Amino acid sequence: MKLQRNGRTKALAIGALAVVSSLTLAACGSDNNSSSNSSSSPAAAGSSAASASSIACNGATGQLLAAGSTAQQNAMTQWVKDFQAACSGVTINYQGTGSGAGITSFQTGKVAFAGSDAAMKAADVAKTQGTACQNGGKGINIPMIGGPIAIGYNLPGVTNLVLDAKTLAQIFTGKITKWDDPAIKALNSSANLPSLPIQTFHRSDGSGTTANFTAYLAAAAPADYTFAPNKLWQAKGGQAAAGSAGLAAQVKQVQGSISYFELSYATQQSISTVQVNTGASAPVAVSTAAASKAVGDAKVVGTAPDLALDLKAAYTTKTDGAYPIVLVTYEIACDKGNAASTLPTLKSFLTYISSTAGQNSVSSLGYFPLPAALQTQVQQTISSLS
Amino acid sequence: METPRETSAPPSDREPHKTPNLAGSSPRRGRSSLADSSGTGRRGDAIFKFASSGSGILLLVIMAAIAAFLTVRAISAISADHGNFLTTSDWQTQADPITFGIAAIATGTIVSAVVAMVIAVPVALGIALFISHYAPRRIAQALGYVVDLLAAVPSIVFGLWGALFLVPHMLGVNAWLNQYFGWTYVFHQNEPGTQPRSLFTVGVVLAIMILPIITAVSREIFLQVPRAHEEAALALGATRWEMIRTAVIPFGRSGIISASMLGLGRALGETMAVATVLSPSYVINLHILDPAGSTIAQTIASQFGESQGTGRDALIAAGLVLFVITLVVNGGARMIIARRKEYSGADA
Repeated sequence: MKLQRNGRTKALAIGALAVVSSLTLAACGSDNNSSSNSSSSPAAAGSSAASASSIACNGATGQLLAAGSTAQQNAMTQWVKDFQAACSGVTINYQGTGSGAGITSFQTGKVAFAGSDAAMKAADVAKTQGTACQNGGKGINIPMIGGPIAIGYNLPGVTNLVLDAKTLAQIFTGKITKWDDPAIKALNSSANLPSLPIQTFHRSDGSGTTANFTAYLAAAAPADYTFAPNKLWQAKGGQAAAGSAGLAAQVKQVQGSISYFELSYATQQSISTVQVNTGASAPVAVSTAAASKAVGDAKVVGTAPDLALDLKAAYTTKTDGAYPIVLVTYEIACDKGNAASTLPTLKSFLTYISSTAGQNSVSSLGYFPLPAALQTQVQQTISSLS
Repeated sequence: METPRETSAPPSDREPHKTPNLAGSSPRRGRSSLADSSGTGRRGDAIFKFASSGSGILLLVIMAAIAAFLTVRAISAISADHGNFLTTSDWQTQADPITFGIAAIATGTIVSAVVAMVIAVPVALGIALFISHYAPRRIAQALGYVVDLLAAVPSIVFGLWGALFLVPHMLGVNAWLNQYFGWTYVFHQNEPGTQPRSLFTVGVVLAIMILPIITAVSREIFLQVPRAHEEAALALGATRWEMIRTAVIPFGRSGIISASMLGLGRALGETMAVATVLSPSYVINLHILDPAGSTIAQTIASQFGESQGTGRDALIAAGLVLFVITLVVNGGARMIIARRKEYSGADA
């Protein structure tokens, strides 16, 4: 019977309590690690072959702050590294905070440009006037780099799965629930499809990837996907995970699963990807080249100098070898009235990343260059920034 | 968190009378406390009073500022809401029309916290009693240290552990619960065999996270039970369990409630671990084994990056709701403590 307790034990215990509570407080403080960063794909060493000669510094100096889309963060990391190596005295800091947070930062003048997975809405453009952009200028959308969205699945024994927009829409809205559904069998006559339930996974966080994937479904299968394109997943049912990395991990883990994420996640974790039957002569497998081909069909709908794209033509392409599920990310800057102190650096940096050398330097990271005609327009727009 | 203050204050008969001198005496300065008790003592008193009341006022000001900020932003979001803020389950802040409500996320927050409490409180009390009354001293110290160490693990680590290790291992537990307790509705699974990234698994992870807080505070309370009470119980022929039941637990009851409320506060507000483990969806789902439901903190964390304008304000409105839930829970706990105090024997 240990009834005797001395003061020392008590003091120790009180000390321990103090330690516990302070540690607990510290733990509380660290809770806010935003999950938005998790969609930046595992850092891959890109080709650093961009020759310094292709970078014209043109008076670039000092610090350039930028924020926004995580989908282009890997490309940005590579571009910033190459640019800083070529132009001494320049620091470019791109924070992958998410497109929405990036646009908000841009509107309040905290960053010189923002990265976004979607063109700004009119209401957002209005908020850039007189705040971020002086002299009557306004924020404009400059398409910069594209990436294919892969549909990854986990179905033992089934390779080369072919789906079309209609079946994809029915799978992701819960109308098709088994892998041996007649609609899937019709597209895969030779495959031995198991009678497994389909487990769909979508993003739990707001995401440009979701916005582009749902835009594809809405454009290519309007009868079966009746929701408007949205950063937040709209359809009912299915399961969710945070970030593209989270989705890829689930697909890797769960038999019978299907989800969507940037191509780099599928290649790095060797996840099987769906070939899309677009109505072209043969189903199209996902690749940067095939996606680039589809974006060639896209049209500029912004009024100059704004270069917002309408990807509907890309989503519904029937061109042979064109992969329709694509994402094009934009840089957002002012057409007029950019901050004078950062303008030379801004123009010089954007000129480099939109140049052929800059565009090709990130192709090994799962991005594809803009089609040549669009690239010319982008370069003209950038040179006219003031 | 102010809850432990009134409960952990030891009964006065065991406390040496040193508190009244604390403010004035300053032996660290190398002077005798007797000599300057009339001079610097008064000034020290004033300084200490100013500093401590200043800290108290500062806390109130900060709380008021947070509440004001949340309210202002929340009002603009709620006025733009096309759904009913209290009864809508959906959270569509990017859609047109904007429709969102806290029905699902508030329910999920409370459900996951309740699951965590149901698991953590009994276990924590067991650990605390073992450390204070059963374990040999050396083991008690080591165990106390290990439990305290749990509190130092960052929540994202709990989240990763939950998502990568616990989730696959919960499959069997879920199947068993569904098979034998499916009739309770709560443990019914709509789709058996899905990944258990559910509110139940979240509750288990949260339980482990709040365990050290509840254990540490309850242990302190149990160690402060007057020895006279314990000896009296034993002298009357009580076994050790009867002694704990009649002397230790009644004395510590209000402290146990305080400890639980500290844990509950943490469980309600946990963000990263929930966001990593849960497969969220904006429906009210009381089948806690199904991968559905979501919590307020997790919703804010996962949507903040891609939200702008009203969408962001809507998340702040959700934050206000969490703030209010926490206030109500703490207020309720204080009421319970105040009512129980007279029966607890703490003043005996």
